[in-house]
This record gives sequence, structure tokens and C-alpha cells, in this order.
Amino acid sequence: MICVVSGGSRPGGDGALEELDQLEENDLTEFYRQYLTVAVFVGAALVMVGAMLGIGALLRPTRPQPEKYITYESGSDPFGQFGQQNVRYYLYALLFVIFDVETVFLFPWAIDADHVSQGGLGWLGFIEIAIFTLILIVGLAYLWRKGLLKWA
Amino acid sequence: MTSGALRKGPLKPVGELLNYSRKYSLWMFQWGLACCAIEMGAALAGPRYDVMRLGVIPFPASPRQADLIVISGTVTDKMAPAIKRLYEQMPDPKYVISMGSCANCGGPYWDSYSVTKGVDQIIPVDVYVPGCPPRPEAFIQGIVLLQERIQNEDPADRWAGKHWEPIVVPASA
Repeated sequence: MICVVSGGSRPGGDGALEELDQLEENDLTEFYRQYLTVAVFVGAALVMVGAMLGIGALLRPTRPQPEKYITYESGSDPFGQFGQQNVRYYLYALLFVIFDVETVFLFPWAIDADHVSQGGLGWLGFIEIAIFTLILIVGLAYLWRKGLLKWA
Repeated sequence: MTSGALRKGPLKPVGELLNYSRKYSLWMFQWGLACCAIEMGAALAGPRYDVMRLGVIPFPASPRQADLIVISGTVTDKMAPAIKRLYEQMPDPKYVISMGSCANCGGPYWDSYSVTKGVDQIIPVDVYVPGCPPRPEAFIQGIVLLQERIQNEDPADRWAGKHWEPIVVPASA
């Protein structure tokens, strides 16, 4: 538990303050003790992985041969360089962001849109969401121009 | 690791355990090149033979995970470089089973212009399984004989890339 200083009366005097310090210290210890479990897990994981890799390194054969380091190409010689491949589905990803992710932001905003008097979002929220939507509309216009909105 | 260190002295149990583990976890890289592959498939997956009960796992995703390569079928000169390359890409220690007459020596295509007369011309073979095609029992006997050899070999020698006289499965199998 995170140390919580009780809101009760705090009688003056050094004795009471010391008592309070003691309480905080105990709570902190308890807090860290819970994290000790995590530390034990991390330690056990490190020891186990280290032991397995270490024993493997001692026992396994090491015969470096140039062919073993060639890219696996089902027996053919690999050719060319690795490069960025043509991403074909980014347009659909863009559509998804516009029509799906947008609603994730639009709905929470819409619920709280007009509660100005109760500390709602008000005009500021409206302007912000308008800017957000405008950015997405630019994307939509781009897709429209690309002809993605046509059924073909 | 020096030769013989795992065969005698205090490390002998380690060597035994190592050999025992390797023997029953042979990941097998399949080369079904011709009709022998049907017999191999029966030995691998058929409920009657079921080579997996011997610890042979015939589905490594790439040669880099394989311990054993089985050439079953006709090796052509066009295919030979690929076989050689993929054998080379397997990690040591690695074993080769040549299954069927074609892989052993060219078989009925001994006079062909395009057939490699035996896969042992390109990679070192550990077990020859004769037959045209061999029955699944013969293939399984090849596996068992190979496992015997693995159990009795010195890992350090195998680590160093030493090869032994090949095993030939008796034709009566």
C-alpha cells in the first residue's frame, strides 16, 4: 500500500511525529516487499535463461561456414538487396483511420459537447474536434482523388 | 571440446545424455523428390508406421532447424545445387539418409542425361536405404540404425565434422 498519511488530528510533540514517520516507513516497506516478488521472478528468469544459454554454448558445436550465413532462399542464391516493399493496403488503412478511429474520438466528445455550464468542453472542444476532423477530411479528399470511393 | 572427453571419465554421463537427447529429437528435413516420397509420407504420417513415435519430427520450418535430411527420390542435376546449399545451411551435427535407388546411385535412371548418379556425389550420406521404392519399414529401419549410431558416437568427433562409414540397410528389410 502506498503510504497514506491519515487526515486525523495530529497532536503536537516530537513523539507523535516520530510515530508517524515510523508508520510511513512500515507502509513503504510493505509496498516494496510486494515488488520483491517481481524482483525474484526477474532474477529467476535471468538465472534460468543464463544457465540454459551457457550450457548450450559449452556443449554445442560451432562450425562457422559461409554457406550457413546466406539468407535462406529454398536453395537458390539470394539476389538483390533488401528494400522497402510496395505497401498496397495503406489506402485502406487510411480509410479505416478516417471512418473508424475518428468515431473513437467523436463519440466521447459528442456526449460532452454542450455541457458548457457544467464545465463541459464547449466551444473550445468544438474547435478542437473541428480541427481534428478537418485533418481527416484532407485524407478523405486525397482518397477521393485517388478514386478509392468508387465501386469498381 | 576434445575428442573422447564426453565418452569416458567424469563427463561420460553428459555425453550419454546428449546422445540420448539427440537420438530421440531428430528434426527431419524432407526432400520428397519422386515416388519414394509416397513411401516416406506413409512412414511419416501413416498411422501404421508413424515415425514420430521414434522422436523424428518431420516438419522443420527451414534447414536451420533440422538435424537430419532425407533425400527420397530422383536427384536431378538441376536440383543438386539446391540440395547441396540447403544441406550446407543445416547446423551441425547433421545426418543424411539417402532413400531409394535413385538417391543411392541413380537407380533406373543410371543412363540419364539429367539425373545425378547418387546424392552421395554432393553430400556425405550416413544411411543408404535400398529399394525401388523402399517400403516404409525399410526407411524406419534406416532411422533406427541411425539412432543407434548417434547413441554410440562421440559427440566431439561429430562436432568436428568427422564422418563415419555409411550404414547400409539390408535389402531384405
